[in-house]
Amino acid sequence: MRGMSLIVQTVARLLAGMLFLFGTYIVLHGHLTPGGGFAGGVLIAAAFILVSLAFGSVEQTERNSYTLSSVVESLGGVLFVSLALAGYAAGTFFFQGAAAYGTGTPLRLISGGIILPANIAIGIKVGAGLFAVFLALGASRFVMKD
Amino acid sequence: MDARFVPLFVVIPMAAAFLIPLLAKLWQRSADLIANAAAAALLGISVYGAASLVTESQVLVYRMGGWAPTLGITLAYDHLTALVALAVNALGLCALLFSVRYLDHYTGRWKFYTLFMLILAGLNGVTVTGDMFNLFVFIEIAAVSSYALVAFGTDFDELEAGFKYMVIGEIGGTAILLAIAMLYARASTLNMAVVSQVMAGFGRTPLFWFIVGAFLVGFAVKMAMVPFHAWLPDAHPSAPAPVSALLSGVFIKVLGVYAMSRVMFNVFGLSRANAPAFFNLLLGFGVVSIVAGGLLAYVQKDYKRLLAYSSVSQIGYILIGLGIGNYWGIVGALFHILAHALGKGLLFLTAGSVEHATGTRDLDKLSGLEKSMPVTAWSYLLGSLSLAGVPPFAGFFSKFFIIVGAVSAGMYWLAILAALFSTVTLGYLVSVVNRAFFVRKDREPTAAREVPASMVIAMLALLILTVALGVGFRPVLDKLVGPAAQNLIQGLGYARAILGG
Repeated sequence: MRGMSLIVQTVARLLAGMLFLFGTYIVLHGHLTPGGGFAGGVLIAAAFILVSLAFGSVEQTERNSYTLSSVVESLGGVLFVSLALAGYAAGTFFFQGAAAYGTGTPLRLISGGIILPANIAIGIKVGAGLFAVFLALGASRFVMKD
Repeated sequence: MDARFVPLFVVIPMAAAFLIPLLAKLWQRSADLIANAAAAALLGISVYGAASLVTESQVLVYRMGGWAPTLGITLAYDHLTALVALAVNALGLCALLFSVRYLDHYTGRWKFYTLFMLILAGLNGVTVTGDMFNLFVFIEIAAVSSYALVAFGTDFDELEAGFKYMVIGEIGGTAILLAIAMLYARASTLNMAVVSQVMAGFGRTPLFWFIVGAFLVGFAVKMAMVPFHAWLPDAHPSAPAPVSALLSGVFIKVLGVYAMSRVMFNVFGLSRANAPAFFNLLLGFGVVSIVAGGLLAYVQKDYKRLLAYSSVSQIGYILIGLGIGNYWGIVGALFHILAHALGKGLLFLTAGSVEHATGTRDLDKLSGLEKSMPVTAWSYLLGSLSLAGVPPFAGFFSKFFIIVGAVSAGMYWLAILAALFSTVTLGYLVSVVNRAFFVRKDREPTAAREVPASMVIAMLALLILTVALGVGFRPVLDKLVGPAAQNLIQGLGYARAILGG
């Protein structure tokens, strides 16, 4: 992929960090404010996409990023499933009851039981997955080969 | 069985689908191992679940996260679920065992297994869910994975078939989503049991029939009844053989027939007595599917395409069974879900063997394979006898029950037609034996070798199940298929069973 003009690169440099931070905020506060794992994950992926569109990349980097993001995506999925299965340790599928779910207390990050870790797992999966989709669409040459 | 095991039907294939891409990066062949182990575990809990349902005979209900029905997602496991889950997971395991060596001439092994496990997750999800929107999500999980698997070979024909399948399939999916949206607007909940209670007090207004019609269109596309079948004869032959077996064997029945009967009988409470027009419509579509599918199968030159048209025809039998609407008709339809899953799965696996051994599936180029591939040839012959309805195989009893249902409902013409077209079925299926397996006068036998042991075992397992289901039809009928038919006939009684009290 070729990079873009200096103007785009400058704006992207300023924005990418904030976008990433905002995405992380949306993921972490899913149980308190609107948003959650999916919405935040999309924003995180957008930050990566912005950087790679503005600055461009060579094929080897894309290939490595693709491998890495598909691994991270699977890890996110495994994390979510194991969170669900971990509930069996407490005698049921997913953790149940008020202690496990709660409704989230406003302004308290650590509340709402397992919703926060579940949101983190989904955020990882969606962020990495969407970035992998972007790479696959933009660079289908090498994806088709392996 | 404890109700807590019900979510495992979805969790096991889902977890396998996430693990395969991770571990395949470390060790290529781990994908084979994980996929087969997951399928074996699924079959294990299906058998265990069905066995415990037979002894305890009560509906298992699981509330996700402990939320009460109108809010949370409910999973339900009754006899009908048990029957469909058994068919899905038995065929799933055989197809995966077959894949291990079949995939030798494909690349991207782990991608195949990941998508396959996602299909299994979708199919099992559809069977256990008790929530309308959840049903749609699982239908789409299975459907989207199958679009990718149909195009898995990435040749021109396969990509074309995959694209066509995707466009038509999504039109069906959209119709289902539209119907669910209207249902939600009316009932303010998505839980099937609660929706059915609301619908019981909802008159037979035009809106009601519009919702029923939108569902019918959506499920008709998914089950490929004529005239909604255009995608199937392209899509099923293009997929790799184990996937064709799964698609033709259980996919069209779970997404189409099972989902439709669950919604129409248990959510809307339709029955022959209160909605004769709907059931006559099913009969009409069924008859058209049997006739068109059967006659089109006769003229096919491609091994798998012939089997695909045969699936359209056999779906017609299931539809007339449901359309007759009495106990024996529904028993016949459900029995045919089992018999056809095993039989057609077996036939598609033999097609895969022939393609694996000779590199072609053009019936005009094959000859005399019976000498070199005896197991494949005999599996094909016995499997086709079962599908055509020759006793003592499983297919005989399903068609027999459908005919009994038609006679007891006084529809003699339907009984005659069903019997007549089972000879047509026999005709086109046996023509493959003539063309591919027997030596032809004007041609040398095709050079081939019997396929590897794992593929043979997969075929033999399905063959043994087909024979066992036929010979031992009585306990299956009494303990599983009969109660499953009652699950449908009870109609709105489903809600009481799920909600309790």
